Amino acid sequence: MSWIGKIGRVGRIVEPASDPPEERVAPPTGVCGSLQLRHVDAGSCNGCELEITGAFSSVYDAERFGARVVASPRHADGLIATGVVTRNMHQPLLNTLKAVPEPRVVIAVGDCACNGGVFAQGYGVVGSVADVIPVDVQVPGCPPTPQQIITALRTVTGR
Amino acid sequence: MSAATELPGLTATALQVVAVVAGAPFVVGGMRQVRARLEGRAGGGIGQPWRDLRKQLRKQQITPAGTTVVFGFAPAVVAGTTLLIAAILPLIALGSPLDSAADLFGVVGLLFLGTVALTLAGLDTGTAFGGMGSSREITIAALVEPTILLAVFALSVPGHSANLAAIVSATADHPGQLVSPGSLLAFVALAIVIIAETGRLPVDNPSTHLELTMIHEAMILEYAGPKLALVEWASGMRLTVLLGLVANLFLPWGVAGAHPSVLAVLIGLVAISAKVAVLAGVLATGEVFIAKLRYFRIPELLAGSFLLALLAVTASYFFATPT
Amino acid sequence: MTTALDDSPTVPAPDQGLTAARQARGQAVLSGGVTAALGVVGVAFGLSAVFGQSWHLRIGWLLPLVGVVFDLGPLGGFFVAATGGVSIAVGIYAVGYAQREHWAAFTLVMLPLFVAAMLLVPAAGSVTTFLLAWELMAGASLVLVLSEHRREAVRSAGVFYAVMTQLGFVAILLALVVLSAAGGGDAFATISAHSGAVSAGTRTAVFLLTLMGFGSKAGLLPLHAWLPRAHPEAPSPVSALMSAAMVNMGIYGLIRIDQQILGPGPNWWGLTLMVFGALSAVFGVLQASVATDLKRLLAYSTTENMGLITLALGAAALLSSYGAHQVAAMAMTAALLLILSHAAFKTLAFLAAGSVLASTGLRDLDKLGGLARRMPGTTVMFGIAALGASGLPLGAGFVGEWLLLQSLIHSPHNNNTLLALMMPLSVGAVALTTGLGIAAMVKAFGVGFLARPRSAAAEAAAEAPVSMLAGMTLGAAACAVFAVAPVALSPVLRQVLAALPTVGGNEAGPALGGYLRLPGIPGSMSPGLIAAALVIAVLVALGLGRWGWRRRPVAAAAALWACGADSLSSKMQYTATSFAEPLQRVFDNVLQPETDVEVTHFAESQYLVEKVTYRTTLADPVERRLYTPVVRAVTTWAQWVRRAHPGSVHLYLAYGALGLLVVLVISR
Repeated sequence: MSWIGKIGRVGRIVEPASDPPEERVAPPTGVCGSLQLRHVDAGSCNGCELEITGAFSSVYDAERFGARVVASPRHADGLIATGVVTRNMHQPLLNTLKAVPEPRVVIAVGDCACNGGVFAQGYGVVGSVADVIPVDVQVPGCPPTPQQIITALRTVTGR
Repeated sequence: MSAATELPGLTATALQVVAVVAGAPFVVGGMRQVRARLEGRAGGGIGQPWRDLRKQLRKQQITPAGTTVVFGFAPAVVAGTTLLIAAILPLIALGSPLDSAADLFGVVGLLFLGTVALTLAGLDTGTAFGGMGSSREITIAALVEPTILLAVFALSVPGHSANLAAIVSATADHPGQLVSPGSLLAFVALAIVIIAETGRLPVDNPSTHLELTMIHEAMILEYAGPKLALVEWASGMRLTVLLGLVANLFLPWGVAGAHPSVLAVLIGLVAISAKVAVLAGVLATGEVFIAKLRYFRIPELLAGSFLLALLAVTASYFFATPT
Repeated sequence: MTTALDDSPTVPAPDQGLTAARQARGQAVLSGGVTAALGVVGVAFGLSAVFGQSWHLRIGWLLPLVGVVFDLGPLGGFFVAATGGVSIAVGIYAVGYAQREHWAAFTLVMLPLFVAAMLLVPAAGSVTTFLLAWELMAGASLVLVLSEHRREAVRSAGVFYAVMTQLGFVAILLALVVLSAAGGGDAFATISAHSGAVSAGTRTAVFLLTLMGFGSKAGLLPLHAWLPRAHPEAPSPVSALMSAAMVNMGIYGLIRIDQQILGPGPNWWGLTLMVFGALSAVFGVLQASVATDLKRLLAYSTTENMGLITLALGAAALLSSYGAHQVAAMAMTAALLLILSHAAFKTLAFLAAGSVLASTGLRDLDKLGGLARRMPGTTVMFGIAALGASGLPLGAGFVGEWLLLQSLIHSPHNNNTLLALMMPLSVGAVALTTGLGIAAMVKAFGVGFLARPRSAAAEAAAEAPVSMLAGMTLGAAACAVFAVAPVALSPVLRQVLAALPTVGGNEAGPALGGYLRLPGIPGSMSPGLIAAALVIAVLVALGLGRWGWRRRPVAAAAALWACGADSLSSKMQYTATSFAEPLQRVFDNVLQPETDVEVTHFAESQYLVEKVTYRTTLADPVERRLYTPVVRAVTTWAQWVRRAHPGSVHLYLAYGALGLLVVLVISR
């Protein structure tokens, strides 16, 4: 019961929303403010995952712009891919994209996903995400901050 | 048309169904907003589920390999049974033309028909997660049925009938028996039943991503686009309809009569919307404080609710207020 | 599970094979045709007896001293008509099935004889005729159960069945002989007329013995164990007849002797029936929900339904003894409706299971699957039967169950502690039964028929021939009528109810019109209207789903989402065992599964495991806890008595003389 008091005392902890970004990608179905994404870790160090988790947490709250992470690619509008594409994750990444219904987007988060990052010359690496599947939005950074990730999401949701 | 013009019961029923169809996403959105605000977040807004639905309706329809018409038609069956329940229940007015066709036992049966359709769809996918979700869902449904029917029994004792209009008017005429032990116990038992049937915490977490903790979500992992929209809509409608049922069984004021005037219908609409909004808010607030139960603790919870319902019936026998 | 071995030792020449096939077809058509014709005769006689035409027949020379007396009234006519209906569907089905499964001559001959014996049981008008017909029925069914006697499982099932049937017969024999001695005559009419003179102790004895004997035949706890053993091993049309028609004879016996002839009993009779009914229903459906053998699941489902019917009978008796005749009439109508609807959907279910067995050779749900694409007709038929068995709206069993629940909740409770406790507990039992029944049927239909095949045999399945589909269609039509238009049964039920004055027959039962209305009680339901409204609602839902279709990309088919892997093998699907595992865990105190884990290590090293075998057996706990000790005690006693049989002929002659002396002394 002390939680009720705590909730009242802490109040709102979410950061205020910044200005919406200028450049936009058209929302996949034309409906603004609704973007469900399936996260795929193609071979990352999990640094970007921590930042994505932060982006969807109470402090940055990406959900207020209509974005959500879902469990099944069939429920998703697209993929949010992190990490360089390793040999073992090459086919699974392609299978996951195939399972997403049209129209779909791909958002590559982190330097590894955009251009291979520090692992570009690794022996177990096929390439960056952009080399394997068509990418619509790239979020550079190692790792990118939650604010940068949210800005990238907002370019797609339109909110 | 003056405010005193009498409308046939069919009008109020049609309005009920439209209200449920249009309002269900708002109920779900409202619950998510309440949770978000209590957690200190901003949330997506009450209209977020509607945006998601509109988007899903415009996405590609995918038929997974190896599935049959059972998978294809299950969303429509779930939604259809929920719409029928919305038409039977006295949500806005008492005079539904289907009231004498289906009583509370019929409503429970239709609810289970929807559950069975979705369960078969989960099995039809032929994936391990689909089967797992179906297995868990049907176990919970089997264990919740004794509670639900005993609660119906307890509710039918004051009005001497299981037909909904009779129960609601009996409660409206004798509000004193609402604070009787039988009524209170029936309320608690019914609350647990609704949580179990609609898959809310602590029985099931509707926003989980971990397949091994999913019950309802696991059955619909293969649905995409418009069928997914229909399934999600149907889930929202089931929640709305069940909250409306509890609201009108225990707080029947505001429900219009059998041949209502336009004003009475509007009052009924506003009343049920307010009641469902309040109940949804209370449910969402409760969810902030509890965690999901381990799956094999759920039968213990349901056994407890069965005992409460049994006590409700015996209490309403022995403490029956003379009518 | 393998099908019957083919009898022919050599491969016949082509034209010989053709004539043999034609001969087999002729025999099958004859056998099935006679069975169906007997069914038509049964329906005709039964319905005419229900509507007032009573049939009497006395054949004095057939049995010495008493002769054979047939006396068909409304109650007997009801059961004869039900049996006849089942036989029509089974007969038509057997034409195709007998050819598929290469039935031997004795099976083909016995099938119509079995049906004839079953039709004679409700028509019997005297104790001796009844016992004669009963034994004919039991003997014919035993022969039919042993059709595939080359299999070990069939032989052991046959022995079990024979012993339990005969033990039940002994109980019935004792009961009827005591009754006829107290009632002053052999004919049922004479006994009914003098039933007032029967003493209370005799009534109690007769009630308990008939409960044992008829209850065992109906498959009630604890004497039900023959059902899940015999029904799966019998050929499927025979299983259908046994489950949908023969077990009804147990119920007929209970109604006839304990409710019609012995008249209104004390309230503990109704209570006993309710308790045994509830226990049978819950136990039966629990076993069905964890069974992986399709026919064993259906056999336990029969126990469940017979339990529900007995619960309804008990409720009618109990309510009647407290003066609530209107509600008792409702409960009795519910029992009669449940009997009919169970006959319809159980026939359909066993015939569909037989179709699957004939096509794949499998009864094991863990190996079936994917039959919806390969056997669409059978799938639809089993779906209708499963819907009926689960008691959901639009199913055949919904109306009967609704009436039963209404009669339980409307029982008068003015300061009656017994009713105030029994009725909620009964509602709880009925509800748990319904819930678990839904789980069992979803498992049977979903795992057995949907998704992908789990074995090569299931993959090679082909649809059943026309005659089998025709027989199943009859059952499906009956299910459909009971589901949406039970008004068709209203005149029959009213007539039968009027013949049972001791359980509310003097009251008007519920009015089964377009709306089912309860007399004097606010409560109504309309299954037809619900069905029509549901169809409209589903169409509206489909319309909702079409919203925005213009903006959609073209629909596509895709591979299953395998979490990134390339494909899912059919072994990754849930099996019936895994589907029922949560229920098994929740109820493991009742089910008492035996698990056996066997670890095989490599010969070279004790630390490395080569193979782990995990086996779990779900035996019937009643069998293990009750029958095995009893059998062991009887065997021990029999071993002890063997000492009196050393093999000396002189001793045996002395025994014979002694026995004759005792009989002479007693009969003086």
